[in-house]
Amino acid sequence: MIYELTVNGTATQVDVAADTPLLWVLRDVLNFKGTKFGCGAGLCGACTVLIDGKAARSCQTRVSAVRAAITTIEGLSPDGSHPLQQAWMELDVPQCGYCQAGQILAAAALLAQTPKPTDADIDRAMNGNLCRCGTYPRIRQAIHRAAGTVTSTAADAAGDADGRS
Amino acid sequence: MAPTIARRSFLKVASLAGGGLMVGLYLDVPETVAQTLGRDPGLLPNAFVRIAADGTVTIIAKNPETGQGVKTMLPMLVAEELDADWPKVKIEQADFDDTKYAAQFAGGSMATPMNWDGMRRVGAASRYLLVAAAAELWSVPAGQITTVAGRAHHRASNRSAGYGELAAKAATLPAPDLTTLVLKDAKDFTIIGRSQRGYDVKDIVTGKPAYGIDFTVPGMLFAVFHKCPVFNGKPVSANLDEIKKQPGVRHAFLVEGRVKEGQVLGFEVDLEPGVAIVADTWWQAQSARRLLQVTWDEGAGSQQSSAAFARRAQQLSAQKGFKTIREDGDAEASLKTAARTVTAAYSYPFIAHAPLEPQNCVADCRGGKAEIWSNTQIPAGGRLLVSQTLGIPESAITIHMQRAGGGFGRRLTNDYMVEAAWISKTVGAPVKLLWTREDDMQHDFYRSGGFQFLKAGLDASGRIVAWHNHYVGYGKDDQFVSAGDISPDEFPARLIPNLTLEFSLMPLWMKTGALRAPGSNVYAFVFQSFLDELAHAAGQDPVAFRLQLLEQPQLAAVDKGPFSSPFDPARMKAVLQLVAERSGWRKTALPKGRALGVACHFSHMGYFAEVADVGVSGDNRVKVHKVWVVADVGSQIINPAAAENMVQGAVIDGLSELMAQEITLERGAVVQSNYHQHPMLRMSQAPVIDVHFLKTGNPPTGLGEPALPPVLPAVANAIFTATGKRVRDLPLAKSGYRWA
Repeated sequence: MIYELTVNGTATQVDVAADTPLLWVLRDVLNFKGTKFGCGAGLCGACTVLIDGKAARSCQTRVSAVRAAITTIEGLSPDGSHPLQQAWMELDVPQCGYCQAGQILAAAALLAQTPKPTDADIDRAMNGNLCRCGTYPRIRQAIHRAAGTVTSTAADAAGDADGRS
Repeated sequence: MAPTIARRSFLKVASLAGGGLMVGLYLDVPETVAQTLGRDPGLLPNAFVRIAADGTVTIIAKNPETGQGVKTMLPMLVAEELDADWPKVKIEQADFDDTKYAAQFAGGSMATPMNWDGMRRVGAASRYLLVAAAAELWSVPAGQITTVAGRAHHRASNRSAGYGELAAKAATLPAPDLTTLVLKDAKDFTIIGRSQRGYDVKDIVTGKPAYGIDFTVPGMLFAVFHKCPVFNGKPVSANLDEIKKQPGVRHAFLVEGRVKEGQVLGFEVDLEPGVAIVADTWWQAQSARRLLQVTWDEGAGSQQSSAAFARRAQQLSAQKGFKTIREDGDAEASLKTAARTVTAAYSYPFIAHAPLEPQNCVADCRGGKAEIWSNTQIPAGGRLLVSQTLGIPESAITIHMQRAGGGFGRRLTNDYMVEAAWISKTVGAPVKLLWTREDDMQHDFYRSGGFQFLKAGLDASGRIVAWHNHYVGYGKDDQFVSAGDISPDEFPARLIPNLTLEFSLMPLWMKTGALRAPGSNVYAFVFQSFLDELAHAAGQDPVAFRLQLLEQPQLAAVDKGPFSSPFDPARMKAVLQLVAERSGWRKTALPKGRALGVACHFSHMGYFAEVADVGVSGDNRVKVHKVWVVADVGSQIINPAAAENMVQGAVIDGLSELMAQEITLERGAVVQSNYHQHPMLRMSQAPVIDVHFLKTGNPPTGLGEPALPPVLPAVANAIFTATGKRVRDLPLAKSGYRWA
């Protein structure tokens, strides 16, 4: 079947089976490798993309069900200049980094709705995105940095290590 | 394990095309490499630094990057002594080539201790040559030349030159004597000890294809590999004709593999039997797989279950252990005369590694050769396995190392690599093999479970005078399953005058392997929890009780193996005292149902003490408010922000293991299939984690692993203080606890 998709602002056609998850269309047909396969069951959030600006699990979204424009990590900004990407780099958030594209897109959906999130807002929005390396303290900090807010837990601010340059 | 330059090591300098400089470090051939190659290749050219005529400094990152930050950290060591302009340094991931780079692996928290000295000497030698070149060109003494950020300066004559301008000249000069090179004093460091961003971080946050799973080659097909749910089972037949008719499917076939009869011991990896499906796209292969019907020969493994193991362990605990591995004094006699005895049984389950990037590998094995792209943690093992299984020499195998989406020990086995190689060879095309999460969770090399039956005796003053431990684990006779062993020196052994450590083993068909801080990730829970029980039984403060234990005369170590390292009780005392101070131990009044718990553990040469602030509600909901970590991993934290991140991550990883992770066997197969049944911590459950490094005059060592073990008992001990309930079985969920 032929499906029309708009990915990162570009309209494109793909010829795949109707039950193909959007994840595999993005990765293996359109070559957007930034969207990651983690669990295939909507449990980890590694495959998070934005559909119509909202965070969606691309492994659980059949290509035939997509009705709106898709943004992947490659399309969040042309050059890594999105405030979240900048904050992620400034705080050196990733360890293995495999979940981080999904984390950033989940955070982007949060900030689009709630530009000044509290810690509780962050908990709610980010709880579906697992990080196997446990970078949650840094992710929280980076979201606050991008939003220009501060964590409600004072001690968290100690996250900036000695000698950060 | 002293990080010293090998006796025969020396430097090699070479010119690069276009007028550059290359500096290599020649190392002694490790015995293992010589064995692998079947010959002694002499000295290894170990090329690490290239300086191009335009001044570009390229440093080779030799080890696999699995998220531990080694791709940034090792080059920092070179760049520091070179006085390179760090923001402009290029880092290249090495391919696997042990004739150039010697040991290339990610494991044991060994990257820092093994490379701290040698990598800095490479940088210092490179700088020495550039300075010597400038001295000759300017006819000034080398001692008057200073270097900073990729340039050499002669202040008196106001001359300076970039390293690129000096590289061609430097390449003609004799190499300095490695052993007499003067390394910087730590106070002069400008790169080491300052937080440097991960080299790949921009690629990661912009979605560049950075990982093994992202790699493609032209003409590549996609494969899935379906194995018997029962360990050591094999396929008898399958509806292959129907599978081959599915859209996009090119090949479907049985793989006979090699079934090991009986249990797996040690570190044995082989090509396992199964059914391969190869298609134009991965989704097509996976879709066809859902129609697959296989008749299995499940073999004897189907008789095994976690419940039966638990029953058998109880039976064995009533008997004398199969073997005694440590006996100090007379534990039995002193238990009889002790003022007070405490008895407890602890248990912990199998758990999975479950790195977020599922196992995968790209292999092109045609014409008697193999080219492999893999995120393995130990390519040497993969090359050997592929060589043996495909019947091609190791010299015909090339392995390109890819960034891994987590390792944690899972990628120390190369099972997925040999599967990809076999499938590629069979179909005569390059193949990307990709496992599903379910494949990964049900065919891991699991952290071994076990049972510990403990008895201890206290004298009238509350001092531990006797300790008896019967460990019931898995293995055959006295051979443990992989990473299921215990050291005869495991803490608190050596500090108790009358101590017996014995074990009994149960045959296991399931495969086990090293998981982050192997052994320690359970022994810290068992022994630090039991010590807490003893402190309470003695009516003593848990910190004071441990400090007193650490002051006892130390008996001789039994374990003299290559991975043993000396335990220094004074270093442990120091981190314990400091974590008590930082956490406000006994100084903070907490509400009812909330308490601090403490634990400390030594592993991988690192000393870690941790305190957890934990609240428990009436319905057993657990909230970890804060964890304090104090660590002694030597004199220097090389990349502080990355180090803090990793320690925080280790604490979070430990909390995941503590609360709900458990792999259970029923009828020889794993019950759990995905993250909902083997959960990891989520954002809202992560505590605030305060990390402090206590710098001591010891060589820097690793921290990816030793940070994890203490958090499990710290939280369990806090739960006891808060509720009066002692948790002796992992995970906590087994006893009805959940996160708040």
